[in-house]
Amino acid sequence: MSSKPMDQVTWQEIEVGAVLTEPGSARAYNTGDWRSQHPVWTKSRCIRCGVCWTVCPEAGISEEPGGYFDMNMYCKGCGICAKECVTGCISMVPEEE
Amino acid sequence: MAHRVGMEVSIAVSHAVQMSRAEAIAAYPITPQTHIVEHLSSMVANGELDAEFVNVESEHSAISTCIGMSATGARTYTATSSQGLALMNEILFIASALRLPIVMTVANRALSGPLSIWNDHGDIMAARDIGWIQIFVENGQESFDHSVMAFKIAENHKVLLPTIINLDGFILSHVVEAMEFPEQELVDKFLPPYHPRFSLDPKNPVTMGAFAMPEVYTEVKMGHQMALTGSYDHILSVWKEWGDLTGRHYKPVEKYKTDGAKILLLTMGCLSEVAEVAVDEMRDAGLEVGLLKLRMWRPFPFADLRKAVEGAELLIVCDRALSLGGAAPPVLAEVRSAFYEMPNRPRTASFVIGLGGRDIPPGVFKDIVAQAQAEAQTGPTEEYHIFGVRG
Amino acid sequence: MEKFGYAQSQKFDTYASRLMPREEYFTSGHRSCQGCGEALAVRWVCKAIGKDAIIAHATGCMEIVSSGWPQTAWMHPWLHVAFENTSAVASGIESALKILERKGKLTGPKPKVVAMGGDGGTTDIGLQSLSGAMERGHNFTYVCWDNEAYMNTGIQRSSSTPYGAMTTTSPPGKMSIGQHTQKKNMVAIAVAHGIPYVATASPSYMFDLYFKVRKALETPGPAYIHVLSVCPTGWRSATELSVRLGRYAVETGVFPLFEVENGKYRMTVEPPKLRPVQDYLKPQGRFRHLRDKERAHIQKYTLAQYQLLLDKCGAAYPEFPVLTEETEEETE
Repeated sequence: MSSKPMDQVTWQEIEVGAVLTEPGSARAYNTGDWRSQHPVWTKSRCIRCGVCWTVCPEAGISEEPGGYFDMNMYCKGCGICAKECVTGCISMVPEEE
Repeated sequence: MAHRVGMEVSIAVSHAVQMSRAEAIAAYPITPQTHIVEHLSSMVANGELDAEFVNVESEHSAISTCIGMSATGARTYTATSSQGLALMNEILFIASALRLPIVMTVANRALSGPLSIWNDHGDIMAARDIGWIQIFVENGQESFDHSVMAFKIAENHKVLLPTIINLDGFILSHVVEAMEFPEQELVDKFLPPYHPRFSLDPKNPVTMGAFAMPEVYTEVKMGHQMALTGSYDHILSVWKEWGDLTGRHYKPVEKYKTDGAKILLLTMGCLSEVAEVAVDEMRDAGLEVGLLKLRMWRPFPFADLRKAVEGAELLIVCDRALSLGGAAPPVLAEVRSAFYEMPNRPRTASFVIGLGGRDIPPGVFKDIVAQAQAEAQTGPTEEYHIFGVRG
Repeated sequence: MEKFGYAQSQKFDTYASRLMPREEYFTSGHRSCQGCGEALAVRWVCKAIGKDAIIAHATGCMEIVSSGWPQTAWMHPWLHVAFENTSAVASGIESALKILERKGKLTGPKPKVVAMGGDGGTTDIGLQSLSGAMERGHNFTYVCWDNEAYMNTGIQRSSSTPYGAMTTTSPPGKMSIGQHTQKKNMVAIAVAHGIPYVATASPSYMFDLYFKVRKALETPGPAYIHVLSVCPTGWRSATELSVRLGRYAVETGVFPLFEVENGKYRMTVEPPKLRPVQDYLKPQGRFRHLRDKERAHIQKYTLAQYQLLLDKCGAAYPEFPVLTEETEEETE
């Protein structure tokens, strides 16, 4: 797949049938740019259950070393994790410019 | 050794599909396509063809199921007609854009309304721009030969385009003709098993049918256009290979008694054989008339056609479909635009004949030539003639 | 906040989340709206599907957000053709796999076939091809993402839009309360085809959803799973409420979770006490215009439907909310 910007791709560079051959290539798109707030975990209250990880539509939460969880670059800031957190250890904090 | 058979053309087509070892078939019954799919059904039921036959609930699902079959890597076939082709319309464009080598027989039939089960080319002419290879056949032998060749053309990795074989409903599909069938070994040698360029396979996952933003849609369509125009050379090489094996050679534009002809008729499909009879009779009467038979409709054989009309003064295009309110009936419109930049182009005359199963005996072609000759002096009375219409 | 409500509601230990598969088959970088319940459902359905599967997807939100050339969020072999035909496409895939297997052309295990579509692509324009595929008995699983309207095109009503909901083509006005028809019972239609497995599911009940998908895949023949997918954009609800609202849908009886195996109905999540529907309606802007009269009607209709379902399951009735003209405020 061409790494060129879309508006520079020539017709010869497009695969037969415009087939995409790299599964999961959407990972190159940083949806984190969309967010206006992000979750912050208070580790002292986190029981490392992973509920936040299960309820994220973006797979935008990853497990860190030590079994704690944190957001990754794909977090869109929806706040579901904070709402569903079992102990209430996640708070949503506005993005800074 | 090849052997001679006499059978209904629809059944011959089903044998061609069988000998091509089609693996997956999805179809919905519509007159006059039914005999083809009925015979394929019994071949599958009797174990004479190892294939999956899916009796879908509509033509829309027939072509959609074929897309699933072909995308998974199976050699895929379907057949339809008229309303069925129209119902498929949306998906026909996607099948070709996905570059899936589905082979489809269209038993040409008039479009409703009013409802008519009889033959003309209104169905396929309404689907001109679907991006498929489109071939017209004239008789039973051609129906068989081109059905086999279609798989080889479509599946070529430099082509990868779905292909339609047009055969006239009833007046060709339902007649019994003598034909020569090749041995299975010859077909197997000619047509190796299908190896897809891409297929839906968890070991090598691909995404098919991604959508395109304005920045790239034009480039994707350009690739499709280049594949279709570029298929011309591959089609000819497949036809040549078949010709060398069987002795039956085919050309994009076939000529009949065109030497020295000042007037040329142009026909498509099985009416060409009727026109040949008319040409014979007119030649006997001293008229310098010849016949062009347009076999390849997509890609449109511009160069062949321009060459074929060299030296002719008048080309009479016999359309089997209308373009209501349009500049010309479909075939004439394309033929005329192909000639526009030619320095010594022939004049054209346009006659729409044989709509909705109206019978066309050889005399019709003689009347058409006479009328066109008269109008060559006086100028045509209409943009195009719907020949034989009353009132 | 509900203490441990998440896990308790699912009859699983809180820590069970950690045991779920970590592989993502519907990857990050997809472009769904913030808080998309449907994307969450896709993520978990795809995890349940596992690696060896082929997916046919109908046109719709999940197709659009995931497959803009040149990027794809899908790890599975995936094919999108059009809006109304994804069951037919899946039929073709399933049939092709059969012949390829018979001819020894499959090198790995025979992949599962899954078709996916939104409520429009399932209950409206795709109903015919789905019915055909279920009738023919193809071995495939159909998953409907039901966000209860044509969200992708701008929140137009579908036959799956519930009574009273405001959409851009069922707007409330002097002469209208909004959507004036009841939601089409797609699950009953699937059951009527006599297929071996039919279920409702919700990403708010992840484990229930996960194991239903597993069961559907392992069932020979057609299986149908109807997934309620909360849509903050179309439902006019706060993005953080997407999982919560899915739970309220179940706890109010609006969207009960059950399965039908070979015609036998069984509740899979049985709230001991039903919440008033107002708990579900109130956080959603699409119901904001409703008067008490319509809300009471929805409450009555919901309970009647719920009782019918419990009767089919032979299940005991839970504690029902008291029917009053003024339904209760949110009980949280």
